Amino acid sequence: MSAHSESPVHADDHGGHHTHHEHDGGMSHATLKGYVTGFLLSVVLTAIPFWLVMGKVTANPTVTALVILGFAAVQIVVHIMYFLHMDTKSQAGWSMLALIFTIVLVVIMLSGSLWVMFHLKENMMPATAEQMRNMP
Amino acid sequence: MSEITAVAARETVGVPQFYVEEEYHPENGTLLGFWLYLMSDCLVFASLFAAYGVLGRNYAAGPSGAELFKLPIVAVNTSLLLLSSITYGFAVLEMQRSRQGAMLIWLGLTGLLGAGFVGVELSEFAHLIHEGAGPQRSAFLSSFFTLVSTHGLHVTFGIVWLVTLMVQVVLHGLIEANRRRLICLSMFWHFLDVVWIGVFTFVYLMGTLR
Repeated sequence: MSAHSESPVHADDHGGHHTHHEHDGGMSHATLKGYVTGFLLSVVLTAIPFWLVMGKVTANPTVTALVILGFAAVQIVVHIMYFLHMDTKSQAGWSMLALIFTIVLVVIMLSGSLWVMFHLKENMMPATAEQMRNMP
Repeated sequence: MSEITAVAARETVGVPQFYVEEEYHPENGTLLGFWLYLMSDCLVFASLFAAYGVLGRNYAAGPSGAELFKLPIVAVNTSLLLLSSITYGFAVLEMQRSRQGAMLIWLGLTGLLGAGFVGVELSEFAHLIHEGAGPQRSAFLSSFFTLVSTHGLHVTFGIVWLVTLMVQVVLHGLIEANRRRLICLSMFWHFLDVVWIGVFTFVYLMGTLR
């Protein structure tokens, strides 16, 4: 039981009639500066991975793969901040909570699937007698 | 102790006392609900990404991503979607200023860029299928077509939604309901751009690296 006293003004808010600052509904206000900043950052963060791959800049594909994955992660954060206007305050934090929960699930799903299935062929029973003879 | 007595005192007056107090009421719960829908959609895409991650190298002696993908076309597609994100952003800004005409122009531009994206993607698919690299060719191509076309379908329905909303705005103006719908669609549209970041990085760029 919470101890705070409920004021009648607050109780009336539940009625659903709201006349001012309505169209954002808990999302932070969109600004031109925010969109332009997000767009410019995205252009840079998109161009560099394409340049790295198309220009064959590094000799080691694994390094390039890790670098472009890093760029993708940064760009996703940029899009969520500047285009989706997500922050810890929107919808009193419930949006962020849902986002964090989803990220946890996605990480488990992706890393779990890749990890479990990575050695799939080695873990399978040999399909032919030939393969059986050549087993390591 | 004092709380209990306070409750008892209020009950005697006859005011109903609710013990489960609802802490948070958003002014507009639709946006939170729509955000939750987007998160569930994110899980759909995550499972498709996982399927592609597992199956993406099983070529069945068929063509690999490095042989099939044409990165300049992917770069064009990426720019189209990124540009459509910023034009939608400008539409939202015009909506906040209640300038309906300018907003409709930006929305129309967004729709055209989205249609361009879908068009380029469809021509890429047609080219692949024509080359015999259709979804039935290998596990790699099955998972590729499933992931990329699911995203493309989302964009297509986003365009349908966009046109519907443009008609709604023309008919009824920038009323409260239409503003809410436009914000929902903006979240949907930007979310698809976020998914596309994953697609072009994980599928196209990393597929070409192998």
